[in-house]
Amino acid sequence: MTLDTNTQTRIDLIAVADLVQEGSRVLDVGCGEGELLELLRDKRQVDGRGVELSQAGVNACVARGLSVVQGDADRDLGDYPDDSFDYVILSQTIQATRNPREVLGQMKRIGRRVVVSFPNFGHWKIRLQLLLSGRMPVTRTLADEWYDTPNIHLCTVRDFLDLCETEHLAIEKTLMLAGEKSWTEHNPGARANLRAEQAVFLLYRK
Amino acid sequence: MSAATGAHTGTAPPDPHLEAPEARLETVTFGPDKPLRLDSGENLSPVTLAYNTYGELNADKSNAVLICHALTMDQHVANAHPQTGKPGWWLRMVGPGRTIDTDRFFVICPNVIGGCQGSSGPTETNPATGKPYGLDFPVITIADMVRAQAMLLDHLGIETLFCAIGGSMGGMQVLEWASAYPERVFSAIPMATAARHSAQNIAFHEVGRQAIMADPDWHGGTYLDHGTRPTKGLAVARMAAHITYLSETALFRKFDRNLQDRDTLTYDFGAPDFQIESYLRHQGMTFVDRFDANSYLYITRAMDYFDLAAVHGGVLANAFKGTKTRFCVVSFTSDWHYPTAYNKQIVHALIAAGANVSFVEIETDKGHDAFLLDEPVMDDTLAGFIASAARQRGLT
Repeated sequence: MTLDTNTQTRIDLIAVADLVQEGSRVLDVGCGEGELLELLRDKRQVDGRGVELSQAGVNACVARGLSVVQGDADRDLGDYPDDSFDYVILSQTIQATRNPREVLGQMKRIGRRVVVSFPNFGHWKIRLQLLLSGRMPVTRTLADEWYDTPNIHLCTVRDFLDLCETEHLAIEKTLMLAGEKSWTEHNPGARANLRAEQAVFLLYRK
Repeated sequence: MSAATGAHTGTAPPDPHLEAPEARLETVTFGPDKPLRLDSGENLSPVTLAYNTYGELNADKSNAVLICHALTMDQHVANAHPQTGKPGWWLRMVGPGRTIDTDRFFVICPNVIGGCQGSSGPTETNPATGKPYGLDFPVITIADMVRAQAMLLDHLGIETLFCAIGGSMGGMQVLEWASAYPERVFSAIPMATAARHSAQNIAFHEVGRQAIMADPDWHGGTYLDHGTRPTKGLAVARMAAHITYLSETALFRKFDRNLQDRDTLTYDFGAPDFQIESYLRHQGMTFVDRFDANSYLYITRAMDYFDLAAVHGGVLANAFKGTKTRFCVVSFTSDWHYPTAYNKQIVHALIAAGANVSFVEIETDKGHDAFLLDEPVMDDTLAGFIASAARQRGLT
């Protein structure tokens, strides 16, 4: 079932929200100003919590009535008890963490399911930009110049699949996004890695 | 120059647009049938609590907000102080349409036991001797203060608080409330506080206590029998403590090395050379008019004894095991008295306990006293948290 939301909501957030069961417990790591948590609360009756690095983001969340603590995905996930959430979500944040592998490891410990969305560095436009211009690509989903981007650990769909394998994470569902389109990939391969601007993975512990 | 910030000081400049909500100044005394069992093992009886209320309790008694006051404040949170005439210390927060909306909530603010504004404390009469307690008053703890407040709620017929809120020592009481009576606290807002008093916190308090006890007018705590008051010692205690409520940035901004009513140094020790000296002396002098020296000893002792983890097997998270309370922890960047790190310890413990917790650190240069002052970001976050909690509680 797809959420009936206004078109202003980012397509990747809707894709993530669609993966979450109604009434579940969710931890959103790197929750920004709380758009996803608000969406999950209002449309999915989710009991949501958030972690956000920026003070402005946290303040905005709490002012919206969301339960969010100021913290760092790289440092502050250790406090959460095992299995304390149905889903732990890392939405458009993994590429900005210092140690993505450790963050993923914490997430699978805390949540029964893990949702990760990220910009796919394997998208054909990015490959082409680098090939033709010889410069670091700047796109709609990766809009910053190399010197001021927070994205220090970019990866492709295939890279991420490898990390899931290493971390013993099984894939329950994969969504690929490009422009306004989104589709399910049961076994994302080279083609998906070329076509997807963004990828959303629903994972669980093997 | 304008005396600066802080209702710790009781000198927060009144906003002429802020009207005080109607206050009811009440007192309740629990007789020998209801002694207060203290952490020390002693029983305190009779027990009197002086408290103020604002707003109306709703039919199902679900809209009560308990405001816990800090070390040197009292129950006059939103009304003019009967002794000094100054506006309530949190008037900007408490009133009709304000963050703690007296049109929606029934607000209760009790004077802590050990205090000197009408609740049982060292200035009150010891029924055994007919004289003021002085140092015969038993040593009390934060938990004792909270236990007495729970008796007050029983007296008012309030089973569950919609919200317990307080900064500094008020925050300690909020934490103790949530830990000791989790089912009685729907939401909790501990601000600029700590779950344990640090060596540095204790050190500053000890300086204050020694200053009081070094004053010959203290008379071993029996000054009321001697018709004296150790005002010099208490003023010095206040001056030392007041420094901890401000940030260095704020001191620099307001005073720097500016001279007080003069152009050159005096090369003397009489009148203050610097504005900061004059300011601190003023803080000390005005404080002694409204505060009791022995109360200062007792309450600082209670704060020093506070260590919520210690009474829960050394693990702070155990203090909040299974809690259903919604928490909003607030700290301030320039607060070095109860810095963000102390508040984060509380947050970490709440997370480990699986609690529903929000945490915000407010960017400010106003130091510890910021929780009393004009901080719009703090107002927004508190308003958001309280509105969301009120929805959950079914309050309209």
